[in-house]
Amino acid sequence: MKWIISKNNQVISLNEIPILNINGLRNEIIKQYRTQKRVIGFFGCVEYSNIRLYVILADDKKSELLISSARFAAGEKSYPSITKDIPAFHLFEREFYEEFGIEPFGHPWLKPVRHSKNKFDKTQKIENYPFFKMEGEEVHEVAVGPIHAGIIEPGHFRFMCNGEKVYHLEIQLGYQHRGVEFLFENSNRFMPHLAESITGDTVIGHTVAYSNAMEALINLKISDKSELIRVIALELERVAVHIGDLGAISNDIAYIMGSSVFGATRTLIINTLLSICGSRFGRGLIRVGGVTCDIDNKLAEIISTTLDKVLKDVERMTDTMFSSASVISRLEKTGTLSKEKAQGIGLVGISSRASGLSLDTRIDHPWGWYKNMFFDKEIIESGDVFARTSIRYKEIKQSIIIIKEILSQLQNHDNDVLLIETKNSLPVNGMVISIVEGWRGEIVHVALTNNENGIFRYKIKDASFNNWYGLALSVRNNGISDFPLCNKSFNLSYCGNDL
Amino acid sequence: MFDTLKSRIYQGNQAIPDIEKAVIDEKFRGLPLISTHNCSNCSNCISVCPTNAINHGLSIDLGKCIFCGDCERECPTNTIKFTDFYKISSTSRENLIVYSNTTQEAYKATAIKSSEQIKKIFGRSLKLRQVSAGGCNGCEMELNACSNVNFDMGRFGIDIVASPRHADGIIITGPITENMATALEDAYLSTPDPKVIILVGACAISGGIFKNSDAIKRDFLEKYKIDLYIPGCPIHPLTFINGLLSFLK
Repeated sequence: MKWIISKNNQVISLNEIPILNINGLRNEIIKQYRTQKRVIGFFGCVEYSNIRLYVILADDKKSELLISSARFAAGEKSYPSITKDIPAFHLFEREFYEEFGIEPFGHPWLKPVRHSKNKFDKTQKIENYPFFKMEGEEVHEVAVGPIHAGIIEPGHFRFMCNGEKVYHLEIQLGYQHRGVEFLFENSNRFMPHLAESITGDTVIGHTVAYSNAMEALINLKISDKSELIRVIALELERVAVHIGDLGAISNDIAYIMGSSVFGATRTLIINTLLSICGSRFGRGLIRVGGVTCDIDNKLAEIISTTLDKVLKDVERMTDTMFSSASVISRLEKTGTLSKEKAQGIGLVGISSRASGLSLDTRIDHPWGWYKNMFFDKEIIESGDVFARTSIRYKEIKQSIIIIKEILSQLQNHDNDVLLIETKNSLPVNGMVISIVEGWRGEIVHVALTNNENGIFRYKIKDASFNNWYGLALSVRNNGISDFPLCNKSFNLSYCGNDL
Repeated sequence: MFDTLKSRIYQGNQAIPDIEKAVIDEKFRGLPLISTHNCSNCSNCISVCPTNAINHGLSIDLGKCIFCGDCERECPTNTIKFTDFYKISSTSRENLIVYSNTTQEAYKATAIKSSEQIKKIFGRSLKLRQVSAGGCNGCEMELNACSNVNFDMGRFGIDIVASPRHADGIIITGPITENMATALEDAYLSTPDPKVIILVGACAISGGIFKNSDAIKRDFLEKYKIDLYIPGCPIHPLTFINGLLSFLK
């Protein structure tokens, strides 16, 4: 057997996972890719003083996850790179190399990912990143960051330009590296608070992914009402950020009316989260075992009325905005990422759907209450800033419908316990993969337990990890002045990548 | 054009008229108050706190607190109660510690003590450069919200600027990662004197949920004097704006 088949939130034993040699595993991956599988996990850990590489592929059509592994002998320091055959592996292989020093031989772009604290080569400094150099009389470089002009996280962008036109953008990240994974690994208690701070713009997404993983490991089924409230919270987060993004995109094309109105409309949504749980971003709401706050009939009514107003305001503003020729001329055909490129580099989430890919883990790998829900993926083919803007508008409308539907179901579950307390311990030598579709895209958490009921490896993959390179590709042959707009249309997380 | 004008009229004036008297949802977790009358010394609050913000004899350090509310929920005797009082900024680190006899008025009375010099130089205009040094984007989003049409911080002469050379001080968010430590110090040194340092959020003030990580490097904070602490996780715009207004007036 070359792969073990699992599902989202299903616990498997580490002993069941096949161990191949790396060349065998490499051939298997290439074989699986021919039938539309997609990498969602590729990470190493130290087991019995050997390095073991775990690979997780997603089969989106069958809602299945394929897991396999390879063990490296002590002297084995390289293997033939998979990226040469499947570009989507490029960042995963870089990450594995940065942490363990096993070289993917023939990798075309083997550079640091985040200057992780546990990088194998401690002499490497973030100041000495090996930037790509272009030469020529007309070529010039523009360096931006790590500190940017606005209130935004740090990262360094290096543009190689000819006049106004961008040939290539290289993005160097790692400034936000806080060692999140090690903090999960070294803790002997549940850490939902840490999950809330993986990326502060996706509090609900990451905390649901974390809680789902832990609940699967301790074999705890939370109540239906908790599941419903988690859906409401996750979709409110999606609506809030998408509206905020519409405002930010408006701002970057100097359409100040949109910026102001969407900003004010977003406030209504995050204040709704505040009235549910006391935090504008939903902190303190999701805990292992359920949720901490209830939504009673009165609150449900208020939320529903707020959503009606939000929907009306967003529709009104978007219609006005999209009917303006000067807006459309800035959005259309700017920062285009073709479907082929998006698929090639393994783009996920909202940006991938704007490039015509059919990826939404709420439908492909449903968890919790999403298993009982039916809705269609919002997909647009054109792949430009306009596509990434309109898809947000579509998803806002879709999520509001979802929330209103779920709100009406709440009263059928009045007697459910919101937060179940349990003394169950983590299993021995187990593994769980937890996937959640955050507003930005696919969030993957993988937890591996040792023989002392503790977590020895916690791997996090935010959608940003896949998508940063998509941003770099989208700005090629665009004017450098359109970079902020392209950047905002992806709205990627720095700390979600840097961890 | 007419649609745009209609939208403008429809939206009306969105700004909070009196920011110092703004009312916040009662669910908001602001200043915690402690009443030890019924406390059974069960220590549930201490063991449940993810950032060790609570000490025996019962005090809560708002510089460490991430306002998750777990202590309040786990307390069997209602000893800890989070209020919706949001004016919790302070000019001294010690003042951020709430004891069992701390009242809202007492906290408010001692929280912010700024010098005549600061009021004179920055009272009418304060331009700040924000540096995110490992911030999760929570405090960053709330700082951005300070300048939206609802909170409209610009009307008080307080603005966030792009260059440290145009700034009167820096705002730091995040626990200060090792990878960001040099850039942060560069930004500070590029800011002309006189200048202030404002720490925003539990991560910046104490390391917050990341304080045990070995990927952070906080010696910058030992080298320079901190002028203002804004607690929260993330901070609320009302806490930030009111903190600055008291600091400047």
